[in-house]
Amino acid sequence: MDKHVFRPSLPPPALEVGVLGWLRGNLFSSVGNTLLTLLAGYLLWLIVPPLLDWTLLQADFSGSQRSDCSGEGACWVFVRERFTQFMYGFYPAELRWRVNLTVWLAVIGAAPLFMPLMPRKPIYGLGFLLAYPLLAFWLLHGGFFSLVTVETSQWGGLMLTVVIAAVGIAGALPLGILLALGRRSDLPAIRVLCVTFIEFWRGVPLITVLFMSSVMLPLFLPEGMNLDKLLRALVMVIFFEAAYVAEVVRGGLQAIPKGQYEAAAAMGLGYWRSMGLVILPQALKLVIPGIVNTFIALFKDTSLVIIIGLFDFLNSIKRATNDPAWLGMSTEGYVFAALVYWLFCFAMSRYSLRLERQLDTGHKH
Amino acid sequence: MRSSVPEPQPKPSWLTDPQVRAWLFQVLAVIFVVACGWFLFHNTQTNLAHRGILSGFGFLDNSAGFGISQHLIDYRESDSYARVFVIGVLNTLLVSLIGIALATVLGFVVGMARLSPNWLLRQIATVYIEVFRNIPPLLQIFFWYFAILQPLPGPKQSLALGELFFVNNRGLYMPAPSLSEGFMPVLVAFLLALVACIVCWRRASVQQELSGDSGWWRPLGVGLLLAVPLLTAWALGSPFTWSVPTLSGFNFRGGWVVIPELVALTLALTIYTAAFIAETVRSGIQSVSHGQTEAARSLGLRPQQTLRLVIIPQALRVIIPPLTSQYLNLTKNSSLAAGIGYPDMVSLFAGTVLNQTGQAIETMAITMSVYLAISISISLLMNLYNKRIALVER
Repeated sequence: MDKHVFRPSLPPPALEVGVLGWLRGNLFSSVGNTLLTLLAGYLLWLIVPPLLDWTLLQADFSGSQRSDCSGEGACWVFVRERFTQFMYGFYPAELRWRVNLTVWLAVIGAAPLFMPLMPRKPIYGLGFLLAYPLLAFWLLHGGFFSLVTVETSQWGGLMLTVVIAAVGIAGALPLGILLALGRRSDLPAIRVLCVTFIEFWRGVPLITVLFMSSVMLPLFLPEGMNLDKLLRALVMVIFFEAAYVAEVVRGGLQAIPKGQYEAAAAMGLGYWRSMGLVILPQALKLVIPGIVNTFIALFKDTSLVIIIGLFDFLNSIKRATNDPAWLGMSTEGYVFAALVYWLFCFAMSRYSLRLERQLDTGHKH
Repeated sequence: MRSSVPEPQPKPSWLTDPQVRAWLFQVLAVIFVVACGWFLFHNTQTNLAHRGILSGFGFLDNSAGFGISQHLIDYRESDSYARVFVIGVLNTLLVSLIGIALATVLGFVVGMARLSPNWLLRQIATVYIEVFRNIPPLLQIFFWYFAILQPLPGPKQSLALGELFFVNNRGLYMPAPSLSEGFMPVLVAFLLALVACIVCWRRASVQQELSGDSGWWRPLGVGLLLAVPLLTAWALGSPFTWSVPTLSGFNFRGGWVVIPELVALTLALTIYTAAFIAETVRSGIQSVSHGQTEAARSLGLRPQQTLRLVIIPQALRVIIPPLTSQYLNLTKNSSLAAGIGYPDMVSLFAGTVLNQTGQAIETMAITMSVYLAISISISLLMNLYNKRIALVER
């Protein structure tokens, strides 16, 4: 008796697998979908080739002056020639090593914090957070221990933008957490004060606040006491962003179940210890995406200091495009600025995604 | 048996009594704030006295004496600062409203595109969102204004769109309607048709409830709404006469002019905010669980009906609160107008007027309270709306 032999299975239909299958499933699954694909393809064809042409293929990269550019595409010579100005502003050229050193110290100093196997990370981190700002101020501003003073009016470019953003973040986070705790406090007077503070700063645009710092602060302070322009802007940025951080953190505090508060109290922990050891570690972890979003907003908001005449990154580019020797370079300048801002913000958002995954202990539903 | 009478504990210090502490902290906080306030107030008083600035709002009646490039109400240089303030507020509201309308449309389109089954469309939407929300809005405004609009050719070499719309470095020129004698009849016809249309839709709902099919009532209503005003206009003459911009001499005459500052500001704010709205829309729609779609399909609803009757009402609940805060953000971001000189409230009132009069405290206080009033009223309205559509649970 013959043994029954199954016929070998047929290969899957050619249109359902592989490249063709993918195309059919994702691009041409129906008439409407096909139309959409064609429309989107047409849109891309309209935008991408001219953009590539302008930014790369027809662009000029070498040379040292305007006449070196053909004018067919972008003139990146302009950005190259003005690069140091974009980075350091009017910081004296022979002292720029101090800025570079500050950046390198930050990179080297913070690197151990990102190593998983580093021992005594919290102590090191705290020490770094306390020591680095002092060191950075000494390096950038100078004035004592035999470093020449560089006035803040000479600071500029990307360096100033990063300084404002970093100080803003370092000041807004703790202040924001305190405000959030105050808003959730049982003490009515504290709560009212915090709510008023938060709602005021969240209700007005940053520009009006910066205007206020430049026209009203001199009136508020005693005669003869003159705050540095940069310092005034920094104070305003910190207050402004702290209000936003506070609202984000409050969201996290509200998400912690009541049992956690009660359990902390039952363990005999006082207010500060129950907040610091039990509630905040959980609440902050929940709101990391929100906090990073606030920081991204802060980084973008630093560009507003142009309104009060500080020479941040955007302002130094705007100034350079007004230079008679390089007229008509605004597109190149602003595209370069957009690229730099985008890199910073995009990197921050990616990092927050990673952090969120890392800290996820599986308690989310 | 030993009695378990506890040892008399030493009486705790009054400092550790929670109630005393609560009072102490609050009193200290209030004293601190009051002291700061008094310090600032006192300094301001002495500084103002030294500089010889009279405080008060009397300056609002003085004549402004400067020109404004865009005013929605009549304005002459001899008008008062108070009128300048009203013009500033109107200009801020104008750019905010246009921006909100356009950003909502663009944001919903991009948000839906992000969820489209079409791979290419999805990728384009993702790139759009990731690019534009990570670039500072002020930079985007500068880009449109300084890099795109300013290098445009002058009026003689304007870019024309069908001889009706013209773009040049002085702005966007478009045809403007003005009322003609046919207007009243057409308006009356339109209102009557609107009433008829509403009646038809009511009938349609009733019939839908009774028979499960609304019949021809809905198309009939829409048809009436379109046909009656059009027929009236055809019979009695057009309700509008159009004034088309035409080149005469060195500039255009007639039509509406949109100043380039407004164009740049609107473009930038729309594109920037739409990226955020798109993300809001996406997360709102994704928050409706897949079971809802399946349930709707198994009840026999068509995809269109599923979207309209099941998914969108539930998604809106999630979308509305963040959408509101985006609207507020756009309104506050419209103050970036100061960067390119669009005459909004900040650049006009907190900028020019402040510089002319030196009344820093008054102008800043007025400007900030307008923004605070806008913020607070919008959030109150939205809280009401939220309560109305909130999920009613047991």
